[in-house]
Amino acid sequence: MISLSSPVRTQAHDWPATSKITGLGAATCGLFFLENLTGQVAAFVIVILIYLLPGWQFFRSGLQALWRLWPFGLMLAIFHFVTGTLEEGAIVSLRLISAIGLANLVTMTTPLSEFADSTEFVRPIVRRLGVPPKTLEIVFVLVVRMIPVLIERAQALHVSWCARSRKRPSWRIILPLFLIALDDADHVADALLARGGLAAEGD
Amino acid sequence: MERSVAQVALFTALIAVLGIIPKITLGFGVPITAQSLGVMLCGTVIGARRGTSAVLLFLVLVAIGLPLLSGGRGGLGLFVSPSAGFLIGWPVAAFATGCIVERWRSAPLMLSASLASIVGGIGVMYIFGIVGLSIALDKTLVQSTFLVSAFIPGDIVKALIAGGLTAWIALVRPASLLSRRS
Repeated sequence: MISLSSPVRTQAHDWPATSKITGLGAATCGLFFLENLTGQVAAFVIVILIYLLPGWQFFRSGLQALWRLWPFGLMLAIFHFVTGTLEEGAIVSLRLISAIGLANLVTMTTPLSEFADSTEFVRPIVRRLGVPPKTLEIVFVLVVRMIPVLIERAQALHVSWCARSRKRPSWRIILPLFLIALDDADHVADALLARGGLAAEGD
Repeated sequence: MERSVAQVALFTALIAVLGIIPKITLGFGVPITAQSLGVMLCGTVIGARRGTSAVLLFLVLVAIGLPLLSGGRGGLGLFVSPSAGFLIGWPVAAFATGCIVERWRSAPLMLSASLASIVGGIGVMYIFGIVGLSIALDKTLVQSTFLVSAFIPGDIVKALIAGGLTAWIALVRPASLLSRRS
């Protein structure tokens, strides 16, 4: 499965994920306390320079991720143009780009395996919700396996719908996809039970 | 327990797969995607606790960098973006939706699942979404509500679809409707 971490190796790839996440939290809070335009421009320039440090390819990947923000940018531009608060609009936009840019930077420089190690916090929450924390690894593996299987099933439904109708299938395939998926889940549960069950593996 | 774990994994995967279903554009030009329908279905079909687990695990996978949100989005950036409030509200929305379906058994399932999806999947989710939007864009709650109001009709359509699907599943796969089994 494709992860969003960058193939361009940087020094930050070697830093611990938890330190990067803590640093990101502090930097994001700092950006929200920075109320003047000069400060936000300076922060934005620093973010751009950080993206440029590992090279052009890394910068382009970062830019592509940020480009997806354009609907919000357009919305903000219209709002602040209409209300005549352009400076405030520039502060909000720069803060948003810098904060998301920094967060994307952590994603791009952290391998999936390291990120997975820093998700321990979720175990006590799912335990309270009735999912044994020791089965969490199995759940993650099942999800990663089920996604391509379900996509294949959805594509097969899409093709068979197109063979029978001129209309686009869109949401019409949701119900059959759902039923196939529920059957698959039952088969997976039976397979887990046949291999000794989760109590034996997990506890 | 095996069935429960398989269902949680399945629904986590299903939310991801619903992200690749092409968006539908409403009559007045607002696009809607099927992913929040997945959140509603988590609550109505597998119940409050399992549904919340499924949504939470989906968000963990998104946060660690898997591009599972519609449009191939993922990573920590989403959790500081203007739509962060909606994402944070997803598990709470699934929990609220599931709680209503589990407890309100006197009404027909289609009605209770549709209304639960409206209360949880729209009411609760929009409270989080509007607060998140107002923080990210530095707007008042009223201004933020105005900005997202165009998406509410699409979400009502999704809530009705979630109600219909849940009632249908109760008919053809009653054993899979975990929200009504306890």
